[in-house]
Amino acid sequence: MMDRRNMATLRDMASTIRSKNAGVDHITFDIIFRERANFERVRDAHVLSPAIVAGLLRIPESRVTDFVVFEPANAIKFTILRERPSGSPGERDVFGSQQYAPLFDVEVP
Amino acid sequence: MTEITILCPTGHLGFTPLEKDSFLAGCELKPDFIIADSGSCDIGPYALGADGQASPAAWQRQDLEIMLLAARRLGVPMIVGSASDTGTDRGVAQYVALIQDIAAEHGLAPFRLAAINSEQSVDALRQRLLGGMPIRGLDGRKDADAATLARTDRIVAVMGAEPIAAALGAGAEVVIAGRASDCALFAAPLLNAGLSPATAYYAGKLMECASFCCEPFMGKESIFGRIREDDIRVTAMHPGQRCTPASLASHAMYERRDPFRETVVSGHVDMSDCRYEQLDEKTTRASGARFVPAVQPMAKLEGSGKVGERRLAVVGMRDPYMIANIDKAIAWARARLTERFGAPEQSGWQVFYHLYGRDGVMGPMDPTPAMQPHEIGVVVETLCGDGTRAEEICALAARNLFYARLPEVKGTAGAAALMSDEVLTGKPGYEWTLNHIMPVSDPSELFRTRFLAVDGAARRAA
Repeated sequence: MMDRRNMATLRDMASTIRSKNAGVDHITFDIIFRERANFERVRDAHVLSPAIVAGLLRIPESRVTDFVVFEPANAIKFTILRERPSGSPGERDVFGSQQYAPLFDVEVP
Repeated sequence: MTEITILCPTGHLGFTPLEKDSFLAGCELKPDFIIADSGSCDIGPYALGADGQASPAAWQRQDLEIMLLAARRLGVPMIVGSASDTGTDRGVAQYVALIQDIAAEHGLAPFRLAAINSEQSVDALRQRLLGGMPIRGLDGRKDADAATLARTDRIVAVMGAEPIAAALGAGAEVVIAGRASDCALFAAPLLNAGLSPATAYYAGKLMECASFCCEPFMGKESIFGRIREDDIRVTAMHPGQRCTPASLASHAMYERRDPFRETVVSGHVDMSDCRYEQLDEKTTRASGARFVPAVQPMAKLEGSGKVGERRLAVVGMRDPYMIANIDKAIAWARARLTERFGAPEQSGWQVFYHLYGRDGVMGPMDPTPAMQPHEIGVVVETLCGDGTRAEEICALAARNLFYARLPEVKGTAGAAALMSDEVLTGKPGYEWTLNHIMPVSDPSELFRTRFLAVDGAARRAA
């Protein structure tokens, strides 16, 4: 088994990892890197993709509606369809602002 | 070469009070316009549906007062959009009344105010639908039909720059707009100055959230924009903040699906080839936006409708056996509720158990393996058309955790801790029924502008 104790994670490499409503039906996730080299390393390692983030959030890949590498901001961005529109009864996170924590531990070779 | 300067003190006027020092520092630079947005969908559908507001009136008044006094002292126009969080007719009227009160209190010399209403009646949209006009769903939603409108209590249309630009052109010195695209508030005076829609809307997109486009993270601080054709310079006004290429570019993608596209009634801004460069310590320049006019102008509609009365109760658990078997306890409680009140869907009620300490924030999306927390907090949320019944269901949904029958529970005096044996009345439950667009023949056709002369000196004397 590979020794992963020294494997870097997104938590180590990104300067911003956030989630936020994008309109009333979506939550968008931004992973932003201060260092261009870190951004390129994550981008080129393909450790994030629609299938991977769907798996991390335990949702069908069809709910990942957008996945963009945004070069001007050294950022990777994806968006998911909400379970129900924001603020409906049963809501857990009306701003969608605390859904990003599972991204922290994504390992980057 | 035309240069227009804009001071923006807050990304959501009134939501939390703006910071005055950086705003006054911006005023020293003598901006041509003072502009702020006051709305958001992020607050959920309640405020629009119930025609309430999310922000305390005292904070709204404070922000408007700081802006109005500065704008009148400098002799420059002030633009506020999406009045009172939602931009309904009530919100516009409330802000107009606040402006009149503030003017009277300070004895301000006469000025011309434009109020632009954007609320749409459900009946008017029903007529459009009957006339064959499509109301297209956004973000994967189905097109609206009669049933969608029947579930809707209140609707606002989202204006682009056109009605605001027209109001300024007619001499308005204060504009209070209903629901508006944030960027349109900024685009309006830039378009009037002859700048292109690409520059005008892109500048608005960059500036709409004030200090959120700067670093380090601070809210409610002012930013100052100097805008020429394809040359937008944004400066942080707080002494501890900078506007950098990274902060400005990362704001361009904030709270949106597509970081390359900003859509308004008359078309969209294409930001694919935008460039960002540091000009000085606190200033970044952005350029390279393109504007793609819409073949058919489309106005966005936001609608909200009531789904029922809400009640809440708070329950805790400390017994490790109960915590390990919380799902069984909830299943038992739900079964008892169904016995008494009928199946939820047929009988029109819902219960949500929010399990704080386990997955209260992320629910089924939480990938963290279930650990055994040493205690767990349960917020019981119930929904039902009838308030009395919602209360009864909530009381039983909470007390049934207390009486949960699990085979090996040792604490036979109560399987849960009731924070208090109390059902709290929540705000009624609403849902976003419309997130749609509708064709319009003219970008301004859904919006209604009226002009008022505000004379603070006369009102004070009266």
